[in-house]
Amino acid sequence: MSLVHETDYGTPVSKSSEMVTLTIDGQPVTVPAGTSIMRAAMDIGTKVPKLCATDSVDAFGSCRLCLVEIQGRPGTPASCTTPVGAGMVVSTQTERLKQIRKGVMELYISDHPLDCLTCAANGDCELQDMAGAVGLRDVRYGYDGENHTKQEKDESNPYFTFDPSKCIVCSRCVRACEEVQGTFALTIQGRGFDSKVSAGMAEPFVDSECVSCGACVQACPTATLSEKSLIEIGQPEHSVVTTCAYCGVGCSFKAEMRGEELVRMVPYKDGKANRGHSCVKGRFAWGYANHRERILAPMIRETIDQPWREVTWEVAINRVASEFKRLQAKHGRLAIGGITSSRCTNEETYLVQKLVRGGFGNNNVDTCARVCHSPTGYGLRTAFGTSAGTQDFDSVEHTDVVLIIGANPTDAHPVFASRMKKRLRQGAKLIVIDPRRIDMVRMPHIEAQYHLPLRPGTNAAMLNAIAHVIVTEGLVNEKFVRDYCDLDAFEYWASFVAEPQNSPETVGLMTGVSAESIRGAARLYASGRNSAIYYGLGVTEHSQGTTAVMALANLAMATGNLGREGVGVNPLRGQNNVQGSCDMGSFPHELSGYRHISDDATRTMFEKLWGRPLDAEPGLRIPNMFDAAIDGTFKGIYVQGEDILQSDPNTKHVQAALAAMECVVVQDLFLNETANYAHIFLPGSTFLEKDGTFTNAERRINRVRKVMTPKNGMADWEITLAIAKAMGFEMPYSHPSEVMDEIARLTPTFAGVSFDLLDKVGSVQWPCNEKAPLGTPVMHIGGFARGKGNFMITEYVPTDEKVGPRFPLLLTTGRILSQYNVGAQTRRTDNVVWHEEDVLEIHPHDAEERGVRDGDWVKLDSRAGGTTLRARITDRVAPGVVYTTFHHPNTQANVVTTDFSDWATNCPEYKVTAVQVSPSNGPSEWQREYNEQAEHSRRIAKVAAE
Amino acid sequence: MSSTLDRLVMMANQIGRFFTPQRGGDAVAGIADHLEKFWDPRMKENIVAHWRAGGAGLDGPVREAIGRLKEAKRGAPLEAGR
Repeated sequence: MSLVHETDYGTPVSKSSEMVTLTIDGQPVTVPAGTSIMRAAMDIGTKVPKLCATDSVDAFGSCRLCLVEIQGRPGTPASCTTPVGAGMVVSTQTERLKQIRKGVMELYISDHPLDCLTCAANGDCELQDMAGAVGLRDVRYGYDGENHTKQEKDESNPYFTFDPSKCIVCSRCVRACEEVQGTFALTIQGRGFDSKVSAGMAEPFVDSECVSCGACVQACPTATLSEKSLIEIGQPEHSVVTTCAYCGVGCSFKAEMRGEELVRMVPYKDGKANRGHSCVKGRFAWGYANHRERILAPMIRETIDQPWREVTWEVAINRVASEFKRLQAKHGRLAIGGITSSRCTNEETYLVQKLVRGGFGNNNVDTCARVCHSPTGYGLRTAFGTSAGTQDFDSVEHTDVVLIIGANPTDAHPVFASRMKKRLRQGAKLIVIDPRRIDMVRMPHIEAQYHLPLRPGTNAAMLNAIAHVIVTEGLVNEKFVRDYCDLDAFEYWASFVAEPQNSPETVGLMTGVSAESIRGAARLYASGRNSAIYYGLGVTEHSQGTTAVMALANLAMATGNLGREGVGVNPLRGQNNVQGSCDMGSFPHELSGYRHISDDATRTMFEKLWGRPLDAEPGLRIPNMFDAAIDGTFKGIYVQGEDILQSDPNTKHVQAALAAMECVVVQDLFLNETANYAHIFLPGSTFLEKDGTFTNAERRINRVRKVMTPKNGMADWEITLAIAKAMGFEMPYSHPSEVMDEIARLTPTFAGVSFDLLDKVGSVQWPCNEKAPLGTPVMHIGGFARGKGNFMITEYVPTDEKVGPRFPLLLTTGRILSQYNVGAQTRRTDNVVWHEEDVLEIHPHDAEERGVRDGDWVKLDSRAGGTTLRARITDRVAPGVVYTTFHHPNTQANVVTTDFSDWATNCPEYKVTAVQVSPSNGPSEWQREYNEQAEHSRRIAKVAAE
Repeated sequence: MSSTLDRLVMMANQIGRFFTPQRGGDAVAGIADHLEKFWDPRMKENIVAHWRAGGAGLDGPVREAIGRLKEAKRGAPLEAGR
């Protein structure tokens, strides 16, 4: 193995279709018009010396090292800023150029510490490389003049250091922050010799607007910005390309290693989802893999008030099998089930559902997508025929109007948000529909044309009002509708949305948004050449989540914004493999590829291959499992990589359900909250310790590659196989690639997928089959998967969760950039520097009415339960609305959320809870009791293995 | 909400409210199809038992749809220990 080296072409690729031929150092080269001479030279393998240029940012032309001579032109232009011209004759190496470059390097080195041997970048320093490239042998100026070599390091960021003594002020970091990340946190402070890279207003990095995405560190050509892990460990000796295990963007990274020690994660330029960018989580927050709280040995106990006992894998697996068999013998075949994880690989989720269907003999399998994007699957399938988003991420580069509803991309999908921001800075227009003023509404160089801060729970009404404007103002794309949609369905829908109750004037009263804004936003969306919808859990996690997804599909169809680049309906999936876990047949009613379990032909195909009869009846969904457990008909559960106690709504109800079961098996990295109610704990493996695939929000199947031996002894897929074997259901695979081969055999949309193909081409987007051997970036080109696009009636039905005198405010929840969902991973990293506890955002007016000051403890009560947390007073939320995150078990925000759920899928209505906020003096009685129980439950008594 | 049955009644009515205004005028078929395809046998059994007992709280089309479920047509509760 060796390090994966990526070519730096110096300047970004030109997308021009016009080609230009020129001669460089006597060799002809043909490149797209607009390409820089530097890049054209690199195309033929000629590395023009450079320092301020790198292909992730636009050319800058400051270092004066990349000069070339062009026949017939005076001077020595910079090759990075000079575009190619037809017939141009370029020399990259002449006596004159050599002298100039040597002189420039002498100046750089005269103000640079000569500590190469002890420098973290030794062996990977562009300044060092360029000194070699230009043949620098001495520095005529000496080193005694005024210099910057004594400047102090900024070590405030937990993950990287800034050492200004090594800075050559090439501005690559500043430009990466602007152009790649779009945060504009860095600048060059001072002029001339005093020029210095500065974070924010000359603040320490950690206190500035810096979001720690790592783009600056990656762009730095010296050791000025270096990962602390690199400084501590040293240069990596090999690297493996793999996929991030955080959000649904699915960034590709090079895991750079020394032996089995991870030195750093570096975003992979060829990664088609992230194009070489990263965020603070994927880039830096992987320390949880070695956290002291990680459990590495299997454990069992008879009752949940006993301490855990470590046992061998054999004992633990046999206990799982014997308990599940006992429960089925006593309570019936339907008494047990399993939950697949959207954090695990496709192969692992496929195996869990196979274990449940084939080994348990029922369909009681569900996945955490139940509580996030299940309405997306149902809604988009009904409208278009496919349970997935329509575009690839690259599509946003062609978008003219971006409509974001119920999503907070800069926090939850930051790497894609950066691409979206870039497009907005180029002039695309923006509509944000969100109760909260998310960052995208107004940030450096971006301002939404419309922000519709609607009341939580009124999405369907709002979308119907937008449709009303489109239909009644003649903004329908009639040709598209006529050619690609069910006309009868359209006409029926058009009459419905045109009714007065759907007018902006009426809906404005329900949503709290002015009719004028709704009309303006509707006109903008409908009149954009390419308009694209991006949505998240602020759409799905409602009692009308599915209805709202259908309403979005209606808008896109009515305006013809489907079936080409730049448009579409794009769900921003929450977890890394939400799309994949759904694709793999994790839902209780369907097999892989979204085929209903009652379909005889499909079921027979699986039965033949698996050698087991399958039940034709759908199984229990997660919330139904809880109800059945409390009712006494559901007694045992196998939970792989999911913390249902912290993530599911109405914590007390979940606690009661788990406590009612006789065998709860948790497979996880840590003793999570659910494990407090478990009888068997199976230690899980991290994404660094196994092979497999993840499927991201754009249907892209990416490889996950093992870079180290599982610290727990077994990869997650091997654990599931062991359980199946102990249950008498052999699943003989020796590698996850064989699981994917089976998935491909059984799933038409995956028919062409194999590890071999992925290793060859990097990644593919399903459908990937005979018709599309390299996958399908944009769906529904020239017609919908279901035939004609289907307009559904999306009548607004107000939620049953009502505000009133006791609970006058509406709570909505979400997540923050530095933390990830229940925080099991990110809370065990230095990301806690930015977010160590959940806080409650409350409007100044509501705070004043209640006598609440910023930072005060407040009690947050709903009909379901109460908790306490600190208040943050902000006008990001409208009066009447409060907001919090759910990353910390000490807060347990979900003790407040209710059982109300989406009509079609039971996706919980996390986004609308009627609450009251009142001053408090600290954690509630329930929190104290909860913490005591959790602490008691986590005791481990070390005893000899059975 | 106090019990599973209360929740099932509420969920069934939610489903009804989606299908009732749909094109084609056969909301009952849509509701019944949804329940068949997405509800586990014990959920269907519970709602059918409630329907047999008078179906308090169930909206009209929902009530009719439940009558069309396989479980209702069987005329007797499902065998124990499925």
